[in-house]
Amino acid sequence: MTEISRESIWTKYIFSQDHKVIGLQYAFTALFFLLFGFALMMIMRWQLAYPGKPIPADGFIWVIALLGVVITLIGLFHSKKNLITLSGIIFLFMTWILIYLTSGEGRMPEGIMTPDFYNSLGAMHGTIMIFLGVVPLLVGGLGNYVLPLQIGAPDMAFPKINMVSYWSYFLGGITMLVSFFVPGGAANSGWTSYPPLSDLATTGQTVWLFGMVLLITSSLLGSINFITTVIQLRAKGLTWMRLPFFVWTQFVTAFLLLLAFPPLEAAGVLQLMDRLVGTSFFLPSGLYVGTGPLPVSGGGSPLLWQHLFWFLAHPEVYVLILPAMGIVAEIIANNTRKPLWGYRSMVFASIFLGIMSFIVWAHHMYLTGMGTTMTAFFQTTTMIISIPSVIILSAFFISLWGGSIRFNTPMLFALGFLPMFGIGGLTGLPLGLASSDIYLHDTYYVIGHFHYVVAPGTIFALFAGIYYWFPKVTGKMMDELLGKIHFWGSMIFINGIFLPMFIQGLAGISRRLYDGGESYLHAQDVLFWNEVMSYSAWGLGLMQIVFIINFVLSLRNGKDAGSNPWKATTLEWSAASSPPIEHGNFDKVPEVYRAAYEYSVPEASTDFIPQNQKEVK
Amino acid sequence: MQIPYTVEPRPDTGLHNAKIGIWLFLASEVMLFGGLFSAYVLLRTGSIVWPEGSSILSVPIGTFNTMALIASSVTMVLSWAALKINNLSKFKMYMFLTYFLGLVFLIVKVVFEYLPKFEHHLYPSESTFLAIYFTLTGLHALHVLGGVIVNIYFWGPGSKMWETEPERFTNRVEVAGLYWHFVDLVWIFLFPVLYLL
Repeated sequence: MTEISRESIWTKYIFSQDHKVIGLQYAFTALFFLLFGFALMMIMRWQLAYPGKPIPADGFIWVIALLGVVITLIGLFHSKKNLITLSGIIFLFMTWILIYLTSGEGRMPEGIMTPDFYNSLGAMHGTIMIFLGVVPLLVGGLGNYVLPLQIGAPDMAFPKINMVSYWSYFLGGITMLVSFFVPGGAANSGWTSYPPLSDLATTGQTVWLFGMVLLITSSLLGSINFITTVIQLRAKGLTWMRLPFFVWTQFVTAFLLLLAFPPLEAAGVLQLMDRLVGTSFFLPSGLYVGTGPLPVSGGGSPLLWQHLFWFLAHPEVYVLILPAMGIVAEIIANNTRKPLWGYRSMVFASIFLGIMSFIVWAHHMYLTGMGTTMTAFFQTTTMIISIPSVIILSAFFISLWGGSIRFNTPMLFALGFLPMFGIGGLTGLPLGLASSDIYLHDTYYVIGHFHYVVAPGTIFALFAGIYYWFPKVTGKMMDELLGKIHFWGSMIFINGIFLPMFIQGLAGISRRLYDGGESYLHAQDVLFWNEVMSYSAWGLGLMQIVFIINFVLSLRNGKDAGSNPWKATTLEWSAASSPPIEHGNFDKVPEVYRAAYEYSVPEASTDFIPQNQKEVK
Repeated sequence: MQIPYTVEPRPDTGLHNAKIGIWLFLASEVMLFGGLFSAYVLLRTGSIVWPEGSSILSVPIGTFNTMALIASSVTMVLSWAALKINNLSKFKMYMFLTYFLGLVFLIVKVVFEYLPKFEHHLYPSESTFLAIYFTLTGLHALHVLGGVIVNIYFWGPGSKMWETEPERFTNRVEVAGLYWHFVDLVWIFLFPVLYLL
């Protein structure tokens, strides 16, 4: 038996081994990176809307700085002083980085963005949002905090490894931030880092690779922990088909992280060899750069990188979407006051989705000129993999049928997820078929498709999850009015960003243009959308300030939540609200007697029966 | 706070936590080396000329190292078996042999293979074959080094746990053994692929 004593503030809050503290560490770090990655995009959107004009960034940066000062001040006069003050200081730190980025010779001399810096921002936006923002928040944050509670476990199976996982992620994040300050700036070969470009890129790329190795290590350790915890630490009576759907999605996701990331690690090692030792894994023979042939042995294959990269990155898409579906499932069942429709088919669909996601990767590579046999195979598997997503989404829609729905903030975000993810998924079909993909690939259409899945899809689900579990974590409710403003505002603006991308993409605008298409004749008719998208992006930024204010104020003044404010059935709500750090999670070890979503059982006196309640009364 | 099933197996799965953990870790390692082996296949099939492995690498030295690793796998099992029959001194002897053979492998690898290559200016940047050779064997050598460090720990300071929690210590050695066998197995694939094919 492991006996863990927690003594000082260091072991309790910094190098903690408690899944709840680690979950919060993950969540806060990830939220910071989400905002930072979004800020990079807001800077890029200026260049796209007004190419070559100096940026009036001061206004935007001062808003963030002001927010930092206000939060710090609130923090100083509050009982949870450490946490809030820390957030304020993080805001000020971010302001400093943004001021640094929007000025200076190589980046934005006199406020005008250089093309290289534009590329850098694009690459880092992608990297930060996916690897440092969304996945750590979904899996490391919500997963770490909620999953052990939902299965009635005292903690993760390997608390020490859990801690190492967080700190490895943290170091990876710091490495990525540091890369902005090395000569030549941060990585600028896209978040996909295609060679030969990336092999020959500036130092930032090397730093990027080291950062990725740390992040991969972190997710590897995390995934081992998640899988073992689900298999071993389920409470008595919690059989596989009684698991909340959120646990199932985290379980499948952990397998994807476990098995898909190592090939990228392999690819990262090969690219590091290329860059540091001078090998030619990804450099073909006879490559000319500038005036002469590159002095390398050659014989490598740039396509090798693409295969290894997409072998990770396609399952990664399902890493982004599966836990989001898990969150939405919890909230829909809770707020329709009905069991989920087709729980079993959803479980099997997500397992099938996980398996299939390993054999669709080359649909990202139709443009590489691969043969028709390969194309036919990957087209077929890609069409097949859309089926399980449709099963899950249909089950959600049918679950709504006939429910007396409570339209609170988490539910609004969960409901918003459904059509947004639907648009994202359906627009993916033409990309899965080679003949239409050849036209659409490398246009804004792809950007629109992907972001519909991940931004109004996954990130809405994340917000739903934050609003839903906030009372569990803090013991306070978040403000409903501010929450609704946040939802409706975000909903409008986020569509203002991504819907025009389909229009531009169909018109043939390339997704990598530094001037947003201004210098192209065929782009002139759809050029005005750039301004619409940019204003929407900045509007979306303002809406997130509403969220931050809501978050901080609710922490301070929120209504007391009690232990089960949503009248939910799953086990995490039978633990105390804001469960104590020092002890296990539950006053007495829970035992489970029923399925996850027993709402509105006819013979019961209440409209919900918790999983750990034995008799129907 | 206590985590259940750190020592005793969970009744319905029949396993303790660390055993599931190590098998999952090994699964990811399979994917890591699998990725590198497929890189090897793709590079080799895409190349115009590919050297005979034995024309650059020394098969006798490779064979010797293969034997050393296989022998160390045997002693690893014996050290675990010694704990099962409560014989700590026998465990220490076999564990010593295990990491000693691991060290022999590493020393032979570096002194008799890597360094002479460098002397003849056979660097990873010379050809794709050498590049993949150094990458694959280098990464494997790092895995061996990791295993040796863990084994030395269990042979030395880590063995104190035997006094207090013998069963848990035995489990730990078993888990370390699984990893050690995996490292051995990787070499059994690497040797023919690089030296003989």
